[in-house]
Amino acid sequence: MAINLLRDGGVPLEQQRFTWRDLVQAPYSKLMDDAFTRVRVILMNGIESEALRFSHACARMNAPLQRALAQVRRVEQHQQTLVNWLKPADQDPLETTIGFEQVAIEVTASVAEKEPDPYLAQVFRFGLLEDFDHLYRYSALMDRLQGKDANALVQSYSDIVPGRPTVIEHRDPLDDLRKPYDRRRAAPLTKLHALTIMAGEHQTHDYYMTIGPMFADPIARQLYAEIASIEEQHVTQYESIVDPSETWLEKWLLHEAGEVYNYWSCVESEGNPRIRAIWERFLDYELGHVRFVARLFEETERRDAAEVLPQRLPEPIRYESHRDFVRETLRRELTLSAAGTEFVDREQESEATRAYRDQMNSQGSPSETVAAGYVWRPGTELTDPAKRVRTASPGSERRAA
Amino acid sequence: MRQSPQQGDNRTGIVASGRLGEEMVAATREFPPSSPSTAQAIAEVRVAYAQDGESLGRMPPRTSLVDKAKAAVTAATGGQPTLLMDKLGERLLFEHAGARLYEALLSKHQAYGAFSGGPSADDLLHILTEEYEHADLLERAIKDLGGDPTAVTPSANLAANISAGLPKVLTDPRTNLLQSLEAIIVAELADNECWTALAELAQQAGHQELVEECREAIAHERDHLRKVRLWIAAGQGRTAAEGAGAEMPEAPGAADSAEFTFTETSPVDSEGYALSEEESGEGGESEGRSKPGKSGKGRSTRRDR
Repeated sequence: MAINLLRDGGVPLEQQRFTWRDLVQAPYSKLMDDAFTRVRVILMNGIESEALRFSHACARMNAPLQRALAQVRRVEQHQQTLVNWLKPADQDPLETTIGFEQVAIEVTASVAEKEPDPYLAQVFRFGLLEDFDHLYRYSALMDRLQGKDANALVQSYSDIVPGRPTVIEHRDPLDDLRKPYDRRRAAPLTKLHALTIMAGEHQTHDYYMTIGPMFADPIARQLYAEIASIEEQHVTQYESIVDPSETWLEKWLLHEAGEVYNYWSCVESEGNPRIRAIWERFLDYELGHVRFVARLFEETERRDAAEVLPQRLPEPIRYESHRDFVRETLRRELTLSAAGTEFVDREQESEATRAYRDQMNSQGSPSETVAAGYVWRPGTELTDPAKRVRTASPGSERRAA
Repeated sequence: MRQSPQQGDNRTGIVASGRLGEEMVAATREFPPSSPSTAQAIAEVRVAYAQDGESLGRMPPRTSLVDKAKAAVTAATGGQPTLLMDKLGERLLFEHAGARLYEALLSKHQAYGAFSGGPSADDLLHILTEEYEHADLLERAIKDLGGDPTAVTPSANLAANISAGLPKVLTDPRTNLLQSLEAIIVAELADNECWTALAELAQQAGHQELVEECREAIAHERDHLRKVRLWIAAGQGRTAAEGAGAEMPEAPGAADSAEFTFTETSPVDSEGYALSEEESGEGGESEGRSKPGKSGKGRSTRRDR
């Protein structure tokens, strides 16, 4: 299905309506739906979450846009609700976390493979290897806390092995900033990629910050604290690749185009017909938003929306396993780090990063502890007799006071 | 370290709030509800959603001809191959989870120390080892019957959700050994109930070797439950008689076989789930009664739901 961003009108804003019953539909099935349905739901919640985040920031800085922003934002709120409420209640927060990391691996890999700007492709590959490691750490937590196999969610699309170890992902804030694309020269796909991954990482950060304290196990609480910190680094990285000289309206228009691109990518790949119908509906809503904002953009900035928007959408995001690409990236770039806006070998890291990392890890590393000696296997660790507890812990016979 | 709670500044009761509590009650007299009716209004919404036709999930399909043949043989002898596999998956997930619970309990023992009449670390390790062994036998049984032990079956998923609060108690550094045992007893009660059911299903299906293995596991689980009850009683300063608490279900084989509803001639659905008289009178399994959901997925009506 070809989409023309400048001509397809979608559903007019005033016809975009909901009811509470409509917002709360039957969720997808944890056991029966394809893992990429979960991946799409998680990412699209992040895309809508970013739409609201941006809209509020924009409203706080632009009084003349507040009325228009409020109208569109109300619809985005309800789109996010409907999408986010597709997560089933039998998928617990740790299982959802596994889904979040699969998003960060497979969607980022798709983006990194197709990104036309070589520097930005490197930025995406750099973040990819870090999120890839998070999947392994959380899988170890799931097995060692709950006795469950994360692959029941991953469905063998993504490897569960270490990536760039989380313990060395911690860097000085100034080593997480990157160079932005140039809004006048960057390919439309580059802009859509940046917005998509930034949105995904931001919601991941917010999710971990919300659910981390819901765990009782101190190692789980520590692990979420540690990985949430990395997600904050990733948001810092990904928001810095977006050209800050874009006008507010230009950014708004690009956000709406990004939402169209992402819903369209979902429509193109979704196998569950009920969920696909939701993607189709919201694709039409977003086309309505593009039309609404494009008119505002043209009236306000006296510029043609075609200066910002591509007429035709680039290739959709590929919702499929990127195993070979990820493994190849692991082999080539595992030891990479960053100094300022450049990627360097670990030996060339800044003193500030080393000092910061040493400080943060000085009382132990949750990500190393949780996965100490952990090797994922089908059914996982307890199926290997060698990995079982054989003797009682030392000091266990100590009597109560 | 102390095992029993102490008196202190608990602020949760309204009496602790004094005058503020009285004001809370006064406010409800001035500001009435915005809608009439009762909590029954919530039930109507629950019923409406439940009638949408979604289920928690289904079993994985049997892929090989050999596995299909095994299921057919089981069904022909009066067994319920799909339900049996579902419940084997449930127990396997529960035993893995249970092993992790006992590992956490060992940490609790190390942190808080033993108490008079409570478990030693070796007592806990002994149970943990038996949980590992149970997982091994279940994994073997699933493979022998042509199943995939890594699949999360609907009952396994359900059991995981039912017991989701247990690791929360066991891994909270603030809960002591006695409080943790109160969580463990929930798992042990479920284990006792479910192993018994599993043994019956294995017996129905004519898997005598599995029945024997289940009986051995049931003996272990009875022993776990008995011990945990005694430890809790000791921790609470009670002198519980052996066997106190909820009555144990009878071991399979001792049960009156006339109680079995399903026989060799009972009709079964395409997945091997036995059908009740009412269901079979309606023209058989799901296909005739399937009501396509919005997703296009048929609604399954099985006796385990």
